[in-house]
Amino acid sequence: MKELWELFLAFAKLGVMTFGGGAAMLPMLQREILEKRHWATEEELMDYYAIGQCTPGVIAVNTATFIGQKRKGVIGGIVATAGMVFPSLVIITILAGIITNISSLGWVQNAFAGIRACVVVQIFNAVIRLGKKSIVDKRTLVIFLVVFLGSILTNLSPVWFVLAAAVAGILLKQWEVKRT
Amino acid sequence: MIFLRLFWEYFKVGLFSIGGGMATIPFLYDLSDKTGWFTHAQLADMLAVSESTPGAIGVNMATYVGYTTAGPWGALIATIGLVAPSIIVILLVARVLQQFRHNRFVEAGFYGLRPASTGLIAAAGVTVFMIALMDVDRYAQTKALGDLFHWKACLLAAAVLIFSDWVKPTKTWHPIVFIGISAVAGVVFHFAGV
Repeated sequence: MKELWELFLAFAKLGVMTFGGGAAMLPMLQREILEKRHWATEEELMDYYAIGQCTPGVIAVNTATFIGQKRKGVIGGIVATAGMVFPSLVIITILAGIITNISSLGWVQNAFAGIRACVVVQIFNAVIRLGKKSIVDKRTLVIFLVVFLGSILTNLSPVWFVLAAAVAGILLKQWEVKRT
Repeated sequence: MIFLRLFWEYFKVGLFSIGGGMATIPFLYDLSDKTGWFTHAQLADMLAVSESTPGAIGVNMATYVGYTTAGPWGALIATIGLVAPSIIVILLVARVLQQFRHNRFVEAGFYGLRPASTGLIAAAGVTVFMIALMDVDRYAQTKALGDLFHWKACLLAAAVLIFSDWVKPTKTWHPIVFIGISAVAGVVFHFAGV
């Protein structure tokens, strides 16, 4: 029980300290999990983080589940994840309540109009960063363009694009193996 | 039953978004189109708040969207829905960690998935671009090219782009700093025209 509580607290702390998502989390993980608590080795941490990036869901949550399950099995995985999302739940629920109440004020609308312009650039930057890692040859460039245009021009759910791209990846690699 | 629907929709977001918080955004635009629970403009605002508060962006977005849809309980249900697939998948993967990493089919699948995920985020970026920097409605009325863009917002976006990508000391600043400055600019120069 004490260990579960420690897991919850450690990840709640990480949840508070992580600003801006999974990528920002790695240095914190290294300090909190590796150096302070010795809950995982450097290699394990890098493995978890790498797999967390390419499995479904939010990277921070995936990494939390991994470390939690390593410490205390299934329950540990769930408790660590609960710790990770707890600060978000509290902070966002309070903020959302406040913002809903003041959103009709002129200065709030002006502020958000400014913020939205900034968000455009930040999404653009995220695309560039992810693109460097994911668009590695002509074929991945084609997949990127097809999904990008398909998503803009059609009303298809993103789910279909994700599934089709996974199948395309497997077929392309199989074809490559057969050819060589 | 709004809670059940919220859980299911968010379960799907968690299951199909790959590559972190930003990857959930295209699914949320799709959800907005399908359900009308929130508007595209609201979503852009929620994204800004999620980026500027502690916690993973994807989790913050889930909590915020859930709250907007169905209050505090909605926030909790949406967040549980988002993380449930992660927990299930990771617990399964953890058992076969080494095989999973080096499985030919898994690697090939992700080879295709990663650029697709990037493409979806880019498409969501176009939607935000149209909301934040363009005024299509006004253009449709006046047919004047000058009315097609929010010029002040475009200038600000250009400035943020330059300072966050190329200028030396500001390049390393945290995104929150730029969001804060943009909010102030919006208020000072009356970006929304009120």
